[in-house]
Amino acid sequence: MTYVLVVVALVVVALVALVVVRSRTRRPVLAPPVAPLPEVLVEEVAARPSLDEPDALRTRLASSRGVLDRLRNLSGEGALSREQRDVVEEVLLRSDLGVSTTRAVLEQLDQGVHLGVAGEVRRVLLEFLDRDRGVRLVADPGRIPVWLFVGVNGVGKTTTIGKLAQHHVDEGRHVVLAAGDTFRAAAADQLALWAERASADIVRATEGADPGSVIHDALGRAGARHADIVLADTAGRRANNTNLLDELRKVRRVADRDPGQVVETLLVLDATTGQNALSQAREFLAAAEVTGIVLTKLDGTARGGIVVAIERELGIPVKFVGVGERVEDLRVFVPEDFVDSLLAP
Amino acid sequence: MFDALSDRLERLSASLRSRGRLSPGDIDAALEEVRTALLEADVELTVVRAFLDAVRTRLVGASLATSLTPGQQVIKAVHEQLIEVLGATPLKVTYASRPPTVVLLAGLQGAGKTTAAAALAQWFKAQGRQPYLVAADLQRPAAVEQLRVLGDSIGVDVYSEPSDPVSVAREGVERARRLGRDVVIVDTAGRLAVDAPLMAEVRAISDATSPHYTFLVIDAVTGQDAVHTARAFHDSLSLSGLIVTKLDYDARGGAVLSARGVVGRPVVFASTGEKVGDFELFHPDRIASRILGMGDALSLIERAEATMDADVVANSASRLMSGQFTLEDFLAQLNQVRKMGSFGGLMKLMPGVTKEMRNAASNVDDRELNKIEAIIQSMTPRERRDPAVLDGSRRTRIAAGSGTSVNAVNQLLKQFGEMKKMMRQMAGGGMPNLPGKLGRAAQMAARADRSREVPAGFEALGAGLRAGSPAPSPSGKNKKKKGGRVTPPKQR
Ligand SMILES: Nc1nc2c(ncn2[C@@H]2O[C@H](COP(=O)(O)OP(=O)(O)OP(=O)(O)O)[C@@H](O)[C@H]2O)c(=O)[nH]1
Ligand SMILES: [Mg+2]
Repeated sequence: MTYVLVVVALVVVALVALVVVRSRTRRPVLAPPVAPLPEVLVEEVAARPSLDEPDALRTRLASSRGVLDRLRNLSGEGALSREQRDVVEEVLLRSDLGVSTTRAVLEQLDQGVHLGVAGEVRRVLLEFLDRDRGVRLVADPGRIPVWLFVGVNGVGKTTTIGKLAQHHVDEGRHVVLAAGDTFRAAAADQLALWAERASADIVRATEGADPGSVIHDALGRAGARHADIVLADTAGRRANNTNLLDELRKVRRVADRDPGQVVETLLVLDATTGQNALSQAREFLAAAEVTGIVLTKLDGTARGGIVVAIERELGIPVKFVGVGERVEDLRVFVPEDFVDSLLAP
Repeated sequence: MFDALSDRLERLSASLRSRGRLSPGDIDAALEEVRTALLEADVELTVVRAFLDAVRTRLVGASLATSLTPGQQVIKAVHEQLIEVLGATPLKVTYASRPPTVVLLAGLQGAGKTTAAAALAQWFKAQGRQPYLVAADLQRPAAVEQLRVLGDSIGVDVYSEPSDPVSVAREGVERARRLGRDVVIVDTAGRLAVDAPLMAEVRAISDATSPHYTFLVIDAVTGQDAVHTARAFHDSLSLSGLIVTKLDYDARGGAVLSARGVVGRPVVFASTGEKVGDFELFHPDRIASRILGMGDALSLIERAEATMDADVVANSASRLMSGQFTLEDFLAQLNQVRKMGSFGGLMKLMPGVTKEMRNAASNVDDRELNKIEAIIQSMTPRERRDPAVLDGSRRTRIAAGSGTSVNAVNQLLKQFGEMKKMMRQMAGGGMPNLPGKLGRAAQMAARADRSREVPAGFEALGAGLRAGSPAPSPSGKNKKKKGGRVTPPKQR
């Protein structure tokens, strides 16, 4: 509690100061803008350079001479040239790896390049992604395994549950879905349609009901029908709100109470998300003990490189990837394939 | 990770020559820091480069206000440039002379189109219009149902049919016309820019409805891909502007600049929450500060004004200044501030706060605050006004009453004493003994208060405090939601 008061005091002081100042200061007269600006800053979005060896590239990108020129040196051994560094940096930044992870890769490369630049970058990235990615399907004896899905709004939680429900049903499991998103309009209807498609059971409540009680009921249903697994949806929530995270904490506790046992808490992340995904992962990890990540929307042009930063900094493994909206568009995460797609031109 | 840019430049400033013209080397070093800040804010790399070039031109040519340190000069240039880019060619929402005005929303999956559609309808309603919603997202399960529920809650009719999106859109606009509604908002299914059939479909919807406005709904947390999305949608739909969603996330929102930078269309609306009411006209100055990690004092103040009780604040502000701050005032203040949201979140909006402060604030959890409240509430009014009367037995009673320990009570009292001392210093006009930059911010605030001639808050800008001087809004638009002036809509 020591620092709490100081923080409170500062917040109060600063706020009061801001409010007081604002109420007393009039809007200043402003100097005219310095120079008129073009409407479009960027006419041509620069093409992503490639890390591939020039020879392989030549056949595929015969027309783009500029890129080829830049790449001529990229098969070198030993130390990285300034130009090579720039290309590597650009490729990684454009994949949303973020500044610090990109720097970490470059630092590793500075120790010497033995496999060609592209090969070396692959090696370093795979090293960051070296983790156990198994999923738990069984709980302790007598308990029902629960997979809990968490994440911010619109990332694909419900869709992922739909896909996984089908997958489990196909493997002969009896699945109960818990429509724990009682907040968003028609969220339960959305899940119900997936349940119907997959012939899974679903437990739902009216909008605004307590999400914990939905999950509790789902566990009851699962117990009565000897279901093999419960997949629990939750409402999308932003990761920087303590109340929402507390609510999630509570939901998780309910799901983890006998007869339930949370064996996987999957954080769903959208591949188009940039650096904010790292804060999302950090907050959800703290609130819900996330055990794995589902990276969705990899069927677009976004590369989802931020998960490398997340694995490196927080150690949460990616377990599945979403590659479309259909029920079959879910894959197990394979680091090698992912890294290849990160580095592909 | 997200060090405020002002912090970084501050550190850099030490190595720069203290005043006067920046050398090319100084500029390079400073722009390198700016580059990192922009990249951490998810601004796309090509846009970053173009942007930095423009800033460099400014810096090289600029005649210098001598009162600014080099770091401040750079921030000022960057900030101005950001506001200019983001605020250029603002769009006034106007209405078709032959109603209905048709608004088409498009974007990626999960960007928040459906919520934005309802929010926009609500916004038009507030402008005195009669909006009509058309649910042409027949792709995502229950999307139509979602819009129906939202429409119900704001009292706006929703049209849909389980046929195909193009006929739903066409028929929806037709119905709106027959019903005499003057604005139609068409929600479409989320789609990837690389999905050719779906892009052709939204194109067909556009052709069938001839929208006056086509908005791309884009998520504030989008990374480097934002430019590809914006470009692709612009190419096939010819966007009139952007709606940025999820600005309440703790994101820097660089995607806004990326998208703006490649399509040259303004951001018109921003949504800052899941509720339909969390939707407003976009303020370029705010996102500019956020992108640079300088806090967002304006949003903070607005939130304060919306949630705090003005009388309570004014009351305790004056007591605070006069040094008569009691535990009772403190409790009142605490209640007010808690209404505004989490401390961590508030600290993030607060300009001029160091990383340590931010971390400390985000570690303050509700339970601790509850404890403090419980302790103060267990005191008698007299004890609250004058903690000196609190002897051992009273403290024991309070500890028992609040379910805490005597130790906790002691700690609170000690801290409160220190806090009071700090405030008294501040009120006395002396150096407020606040840690680091916040102290300076407070000082700055006090100074700005005393002398009006602090120029446009630029000095404060360096320390991140921009509270007293809302940045220029190039459109000359009022800060408050007004919108809706009538000028001829886009040519069809
Ligand atoms: N292209 C593509 N779209 C996806 C993928 N996964 C989900 N989506 C789409 O993304 C949108 C949002 O998905 P939802 O499953 O509703 O997301 P959610 O996280 O449950 O959203 P909320 O419950 O509103 O927080 C839907 O339109 C999905 O069809 C994917 O892997 N690829
Ligand atoms: Mg959902």
